[in-house]
Amino acid sequence: MPKAKVTFQDIGVSVTVPAGTRLIEVSEKVGAGITYGCREGECCTCLTKIVSGGENLAPPSVLEDQVLKDNMAPRGHRLACQAQIIGGEIVVKPA
Amino acid sequence: MQAAGLTDSAVEIAPGVHWVGALDPHLRSFDIILKTANGTSYNSYVVRGENGVAIIDTVKENFADIFFQRLESVARYDEITTIVLNHLEPDHSGALPELLKRAPQAKVYLSSRAQMMLKALLKPTGGKPPEYIPVTTDDEVDLGGRTLRFLHTPYLHWPDTQCTYLVEDGLLFTGDIFGCHFCDARLFNDTVGDFRFSFEYYYAHIMRPFREYVLDAIALIEPLELNLIAPAHGPILRHQPRDYVHRYRELATPRLFNEAKSEKTLVVFYISAYGNTRRMAEALAAGAESLGGVRVSLYDLEGGESGIFTDLIEEADGLAFGSPTINADAVKPIWDVLSSLTTVNVKGKLGAAFGSYGWSGEAVRLIEDRLRGLKLRVPVEGLRIKLVPDSDELEQCRSLGEQLARHLTGRLEHREVDLAALA
Repeated sequence: MPKAKVTFQDIGVSVTVPAGTRLIEVSEKVGAGITYGCREGECCTCLTKIVSGGENLAPPSVLEDQVLKDNMAPRGHRLACQAQIIGGEIVVKPA
Repeated sequence: MQAAGLTDSAVEIAPGVHWVGALDPHLRSFDIILKTANGTSYNSYVVRGENGVAIIDTVKENFADIFFQRLESVARYDEITTIVLNHLEPDHSGALPELLKRAPQAKVYLSSRAQMMLKALLKPTGGKPPEYIPVTTDDEVDLGGRTLRFLHTPYLHWPDTQCTYLVEDGLLFTGDIFGCHFCDARLFNDTVGDFRFSFEYYYAHIMRPFREYVLDAIALIEPLELNLIAPAHGPILRHQPRDYVHRYRELATPRLFNEAKSEKTLVVFYISAYGNTRRMAEALAAGAESLGGVRVSLYDLEGGESGIFTDLIEEADGLAFGSPTINADAVKPIWDVLSSLTTVNVKGKLGAAFGSYGWSGEAVRLIEDRLRGLKLRVPVEGLRIKLVPDSDELEQCRSLGEQLARHLTGRLEHREVDLAALA
């Protein structure tokens, strides 16, 4: 299975993950500072800054896009409960 | 005096500005979490300009009749050009769908974050949505000789909240901030009964978790000329309104100077049946202190009550909880503390758990889950030790303390791990 590497800048941990993993599945296990509310892409609690490698995440769904827009999320931000890693290297930190 | 003396007409609070709200004297609890010993009020206001009439907020749905009756005593529906929604919680937006039916020409002004909530509120009506305009600080609406100016004051206590300033009159419509659950038909702060307890109780239960936003809002409000504060609940503050702003600043500021502020702070709470979890707590605290830069406080929960620890938790950067496992659970004093934190903001604080156990040791994982649920970050796996910690195990406790100190002070060495290797 293709692998990817996601780095949580706030805690200084890089995790090798299988492609298809969502950020939420990794960040909670390593104890990164991203916090979660609804976990269903509605509340925007888990807004996360994508420091680099945003192209290595699957594009946001219509729902995620709308929630980001409604909450005035700056460019380069995603919802960690929705964003799916597709390969390469990604660096993130809590928004 | 709760309802006596008040007619079904509007009450003038300033020239051309009327209260058209409703009294709810028999309510005894609000949103489940607040006690309301003498009820509450839902304050709504009408502002008349030369070119139109503005309605500021509405009332809870089952008080709509009296709201419309009072509104009709000072304005016709076809005169309403403007509806301002400072806060869309149902106790203030309950009469909105009906108001929009009666005044379909009115434009709705609300904060950007309120738009989603407006759509959700109007969903059951199935009708055409009104024209609504998201506004922020310094945006204005001209009513003809009178100007409404908006202040972006989010999280007081929902993301959508804002204040609206009537410029020419120095009158501030504040939504829930500076409000309280206190029902008195005399309406004004200099004529009602003693409501000071209700004012502070409201802050403590509604606004305190958002105290940083309270301070941001106060910074916007303090420079304004203030002749009157018109909140969405409780007395209208016409006598010395600025005193209430000062009091909010005091309430939102820690009472005593935090002597540990130059360092990061870690508070270790524990409870121990046979002294084993206590020994773990002491070793963890010593480990965290040993690196420097972290001020550690150690508290035995058996020596206090959950409520008094809330202040400590609010101020701390990190929290560690130690509990033995009894009947497959953490013990009640731990849960009492962890169920008392809705009145403070703990999001993003560092959390950890530890404890000695005899048979199964579930407490540590259960505490960790609760800490995550409270939106703390739990970067270091907790420590479970079977019965009496030996010297190696006490060293593990010290090491846990050191790791927490590294997280608090940002002195982490970069680690590379594989997801499959994580629990």
